[in-house]
Amino acid sequence: MATKRPPFWQREKYTPFLLLLPAILTLLFVVLLPLLFSLYTSFTGYRLIRPESLWQWVGLRNYQRIFADGDFWTAFGRTIIFLTIALNLEFLFGLGIALLINKITWGQRTLRTIMMFPMMFSPILVGYQFKFVFNDNIGILNNALQSLGLSDGAIPWLVDKYLANFSIIFAEVWMSTSVFAILLLAGLFAMPRDPLEAAKVDGCNPWQVFRHITLPFLMPFVFIAMTIRSLDVARAYDIVDVMTGGGPAGRTELLWTLIARTGYDNARMGQANAMAYVSILLSIAFTYYFFTKLLAARKYMGGAE
Amino acid sequence: MAEITLNNVIKRYGKIEVVHGINLDIAHNEFVVLVGPSGCGKSTTLRMIAGLEDISDGTVSIGPGVVNDLPPRKRNISMVFQNYALYPHMSVRENLGFGLKIAKQDEATITARVNEAADILGLDELLERTPAELSGGQRQRVAMGRAIVRHPEAFLFDEPLSNLDAKLRVQMRTEIKKLHQKVKTTVVYVTHDQVEAMTLADRIVVMKDGHIEQVGTPMEVFNHPVNTFVASFIGSPPMNLLPARIRGAEVVFTDGKSLPVPTRLADRVRDGQEVIFGLRPDDLTPVGHGIAESGDSARLTLDVVLSELLGTETILYTSIAGQEAQGKMFGPRDVTPGDTLEFDIAMDRAHLFDATTGKSVRAD
Repeated sequence: MATKRPPFWQREKYTPFLLLLPAILTLLFVVLLPLLFSLYTSFTGYRLIRPESLWQWVGLRNYQRIFADGDFWTAFGRTIIFLTIALNLEFLFGLGIALLINKITWGQRTLRTIMMFPMMFSPILVGYQFKFVFNDNIGILNNALQSLGLSDGAIPWLVDKYLANFSIIFAEVWMSTSVFAILLLAGLFAMPRDPLEAAKVDGCNPWQVFRHITLPFLMPFVFIAMTIRSLDVARAYDIVDVMTGGGPAGRTELLWTLIARTGYDNARMGQANAMAYVSILLSIAFTYYFFTKLLAARKYMGGAE
Repeated sequence: MAEITLNNVIKRYGKIEVVHGINLDIAHNEFVVLVGPSGCGKSTTLRMIAGLEDISDGTVSIGPGVVNDLPPRKRNISMVFQNYALYPHMSVRENLGFGLKIAKQDEATITARVNEAADILGLDELLERTPAELSGGQRQRVAMGRAIVRHPEAFLFDEPLSNLDAKLRVQMRTEIKKLHQKVKTTVVYVTHDQVEAMTLADRIVVMKDGHIEQVGTPMEVFNHPVNTFVASFIGSPPMNLLPARIRGAEVVFTDGKSLPVPTRLADRVRDGQEVIFGLRPDDLTPVGHGIAESGDSARLTLDVVLSELLGTETILYTSIAGQEAQGKMFGPRDVTPGDTLEFDIAMDRAHLFDATTGKSVRAD
């Protein structure tokens, strides 16, 4: 007697897929389709104000334009410099703070909480706050400098080419140093005491103990923080947009302020998406770099206990 | 290679004093073991010698000079830690050579000394591995190698074997002993294991609650414990300690049973003195099953409660005056719980301690 074959969705082979269907559908509609769509538009002359241009296939023209576009590459380079400076400063400050907090025995928890405060604010609000601080006419910084007699003119913090970039980096570092501080502090807490003492007995002065024992132990934590923050900074938009809007005259233009301007202000979405795909390469490169470093640094962490 | 002198060394944490005035002279090339139960201050004392703990009062000298205010790196000592404390990100070779590198020795010297140490400890095959790829015993050897490459004035060992399994511990114990014979250096060794202390030490320092209870060669400490604590701490199974009272020439137990006062101690006790009678299990043996006939012996008839066969010997649990007492039987035979046996008591090796002070009533 041949039993009737059940319909395919009841067959055991397909059960896993059936169960995964909600997740698959969600991923499909939320991630994959938009991704494919944006990739497609980067090969079209799509403009937001002219929907029919979505079907206007232009091949690699958008990409060719990008490679010839000086403004894009300036923003690209500026983003890399911005990222390098911000990450290194955050690393140094975060390391310093973590080492100091690790030393104190009283009020450690309170300080740890206070340290997180900057992370609790929306980047937009941080941007507004520093826009006010650095404003050349009514800003609290110029006001303070003048009252103290350190400066007699209004320093154009958000206008000058170097000062404006400095101001934005300052805001970025202010907001995110605690990411490093917290991760490195966790690393310090996890650090075994014995190798430190062994190093002291082995003849190390405090600097050598730090350089040869503490720092290598912390490096995996540093690379994790670097990875997280490099992704963060590479997509920096809100603080910059609020503080300078990428201006004046493109002096503080980073990748994403440029892309947003191209896509929304100039409505050239196809071009913007092409830029976005090129910029993603930057993030991928940094992530790959830090992950390679992380793996190398973690090889020995399996533990000599 | 230097002598180490501790002069009335005190350690306080805040108001709590944990080491109460230690005085100790450690000679050139001597192997001294600090032994005691956990919390007795032995590790703290060692760490004060190393410079890892501040000295609250008193002085520590290594060689000619007082080192109280010198950081560990200036004391020219090396230390082996309980958890090995290897540098996880360095290979075995780098671990061994690290101290020399910091001391800015040239490459050739470093290589030569590392190879020499690796040779002594049998680490040649492992030099390029990282600590994570080593077994416990191998890590222990690397830790010791790291200590010897620097040719320090003294070695400090902080419970170096307690993380190893029993078999490896015995093996490493022998290696440490050999190492000391090869590399003649002053050694201060901390352990809570009295067997390690007995087997390794030139001199044992028994500590309790931050005080030194007794200092002496293993023989002295074993044969002439100065008080009940040392008596019960050194030796395994521990010495039987039974409360009793002196009446005339007899030691009378609480249940009225009695033994003669050991002849060598006869003029050291007074009539009516409350004492503690100390007897090692080796000296409480069924008739015909002892180690050797002793000159001054006595006999008691006792019930066996339990017996544990160990191979060449058997531990017999009996009770004297309601107190558990352990005896030993050499050349085992079948003994079942409930058997009544006649025991030889080697009175010339028995001890008497004053019941109030716990101090030995010594014949010396």
